[in-house]
Amino acid sequence: MADSTRALARRGSGSGGSVTPGSAAPWEYAPAPESAASGRIKPRYQMFVDGRFVDGRGGDVPTINPATEGELAQVSWASVDDVDDAVRAARRAYNTVWSKMSGLARGKYLFRIARGIAERSRELAVVETLDNGKPIKESRDADIPTAAAHFFYHAGWADKLQHAGFGPHPKALGVAGQVIPWNFPLLMAAWKIAPALAAGNTVVIKPAESTPLSILVLAEIMQDAGLPEGVVNIVTGAGDIGAYLVNHPGIDKVAFTGSTAVGKLIQQSLAGTGKKVTLELGGKAANIVFDDAPIDQAVEGIVNGIFFNQGHVCCAGSRLLVQESVEDEVISKLRDRISTLRLGDPMDKNTDIGAINSAEQLSKITELSAAGDAEGAHRWTSPCPVPDKGFFFPPTVFTDVSQSMRIAREEIFGPVLSVLTFRTPDEAVAKANNTPYGLSAGVWTEKGSRILGMAGALRAGVVWANTFNRFDPTAAFGGYKESGFGREGGRSGLAAYLDTDSDTADEGAA
Amino acid sequence: MAQRRTSTAAKDAATAAPTKAAPATATSANRGDKAGATARTASRRTASRRVSADAGGGANGVISAVPVLKTYKLYIGGKFPRSESGRTYPVRGSSGEFLANAAQASRKDARDAVVAARKAFGGWSGATAYNRGQVIYRIAEMLQGRRAQFVELLMTAEGYGAKAAAAAVDASIDRLVHYAGWTDKLAQVFGSSNPVAGPFFSFSTPEPTGVVAAFAPQDDSLLGLVSVIAPIITSGNAAVVVTSEARPLPAVTLAEVLATSDLPGGVVNILTGSAAELGTHLATHADINALDLTGVDGQLRIALARDAAGTVKRVYTPHGTPDFTKTSGTARLRAFLETKTVWHPTGAISLAGGSSY
Repeated sequence: MADSTRALARRGSGSGGSVTPGSAAPWEYAPAPESAASGRIKPRYQMFVDGRFVDGRGGDVPTINPATEGELAQVSWASVDDVDDAVRAARRAYNTVWSKMSGLARGKYLFRIARGIAERSRELAVVETLDNGKPIKESRDADIPTAAAHFFYHAGWADKLQHAGFGPHPKALGVAGQVIPWNFPLLMAAWKIAPALAAGNTVVIKPAESTPLSILVLAEIMQDAGLPEGVVNIVTGAGDIGAYLVNHPGIDKVAFTGSTAVGKLIQQSLAGTGKKVTLELGGKAANIVFDDAPIDQAVEGIVNGIFFNQGHVCCAGSRLLVQESVEDEVISKLRDRISTLRLGDPMDKNTDIGAINSAEQLSKITELSAAGDAEGAHRWTSPCPVPDKGFFFPPTVFTDVSQSMRIAREEIFGPVLSVLTFRTPDEAVAKANNTPYGLSAGVWTEKGSRILGMAGALRAGVVWANTFNRFDPTAAFGGYKESGFGREGGRSGLAAYLDTDSDTADEGAA
Repeated sequence: MAQRRTSTAAKDAATAAPTKAAPATATSANRGDKAGATARTASRRTASRRVSADAGGGANGVISAVPVLKTYKLYIGGKFPRSESGRTYPVRGSSGEFLANAAQASRKDARDAVVAARKAFGGWSGATAYNRGQVIYRIAEMLQGRRAQFVELLMTAEGYGAKAAAAAVDASIDRLVHYAGWTDKLAQVFGSSNPVAGPFFSFSTPEPTGVVAAFAPQDDSLLGLVSVIAPIITSGNAAVVVTSEARPLPAVTLAEVLATSDLPGGVVNILTGSAAELGTHLATHADINALDLTGVDGQLRIALARDAAGTVKRVYTPHGTPDFTKTSGTARLRAFLETKTVWHPTGAISLAGGSSY
């Protein structure tokens, strides 16, 4: 494995491609594998209901390591009866314990969980990388610390909800049913659980079928933290269990992160039920590079925007809009830079691009890329070696892309960048906003007034200027238009878990 | 812009053909408030006929006391068109007497209204909060100026007693004043500077959702209508409003207030007609971002909420039956707000020593 993924220090014709004078061969990266043993992967994992690890009645299903296609562990899956049990446990915990506890006490449990994640961060990073396929440097430096930060941030809200701007006596909703995706398994769990608990709700949450492990380690942390039984319940399984959960009559709130198609189904099926719904769905972000941008930094931002987490990011900068006058320079530097990205063993600390999470996702990326060829775009693929085993897709850039092509309209959710060009700022805005999505956008320019002007004109929930893919629990995240509604993080993220819909000032919520 | 609108309204008024027996505002405004609505309407209509007879027998015809009655039309893009379908439906008072023919908006009218709203959205949402506040305050001023007309209209059209009608109009004026003062508070109350754990300046600011289709209450034709419209436009959204079907007249008259309030044409578009007929077209329209379902209930409310899912519209439905006489909370304001978070590196002041990005 390590041999096949060992990439050269520099390839192609980039300026850094020369070798050390006198040496016969270019420098190579020595493998620097993280130890799989620190993940303490168990042969079998159970679901977590009412404070205990229990067998589900949905049978055992293996979860695989997408980098090797080998089985990682068996996971006991839930049946619908288990979901009923979990909802009942959550309701009981809400009625008897959690809704009666002071905000300060709730907060202290959340602080404990934050500490627990930090303490077991190395183990969690390994578990995440083995189960998901993302590079260890990303799970270690981004996913896990940000998950801990989310608990730490929301812990402090638990006794300050009256200051959140939703009236003097903000009330919890009750039991939250949550469904999360496979791209950031632990981080998405933290985004969902931490605000729900801080606001005083209890939770039934379903991780993605292909990435159930890290949240079950989180369950151990919550158990060790003494979190009261039933406050958080984790049911494992596939889409049918998720659908059953979000439509369960015993829950009061639904939070979903995933595809726009599924989000629409959920919104439709919950219409008229009075349940509060928040959806964090897909995106097709424009990353806009003006001719006065700091090009080298922009190239780094473009790379980070589309290749972070193999492009399995709803807010990925998947449409590069580059001003015509600098197109050649940007594309040339971009190809040089991408050629240096190391693809392969996610456990290697040198690896930049890990494995695609599943065979299904790989085939979707392959299919959409083929559509790019068929519709006349020009494909360029990084010359990096691709391992023979595991699900991998090399970094790919399409140029000569027009707005009507599928690769410019549909979310690919993989390491595939579509490049479009523009001449004027107005054209950039029009093209950037020409999508049913509206999750994120990037702007690269040295001109401050243009940054602020663009930030105002872009119909997207997050605008990164001269940076990309930054996340923080204090900063609200969420989409415009068909990228969903509701926010996660910050003060507006709390609204998702509080009863804030009263129409008049004297009904509680202001 | 304002001039054009004003002249349009003036032209409209000038060309309005007298219909059979629409409320004659000029005469009715002068009338006392003692009689009940029914008696008043009956007497007014009798009076109209008598005046007609008098006029017919007048000596020279230069001065006529025949009241000019109003044709109630739609309000789209700052203009008052008839329904493109040519359809109207009779509007009756509280005891069944004929009041006027209202335009029955069609799917095409609804689509025209969405186009107008989308066109207006850019300018309205881009206006300064101070400016939006002044315009909404101006609406209150115009409504105050027409207070007597609306009191009369509510008594006629809704069967309100004089006191209740006056209270509803005064509350509507107050509501507008309340929201006029919200425009420049939203960003401070609902926005934030985010203390992120890194060298970045990050802020979150509320922005309008876009074009909102609102179904106004069926039974509270002025205060309910104003209470629905005001929070939508306060934050910079544009609205397509479907009025009460049975009581559309105050809405059309309110459109005249809006048209003379410096509110850019298209920011509020008013359709009279059937929520059941127009609802699905609006709920599935891809250029509408949100629905306010206050004025529809039962199966229609559920069906429209379901339709909205096809384009992930934000859907606002009040808890229970809203009491518009109470002080507004912020739920309606927040329902049509997005939060936008912007990040920028903070870097080093000197920019020396390499990248600050």
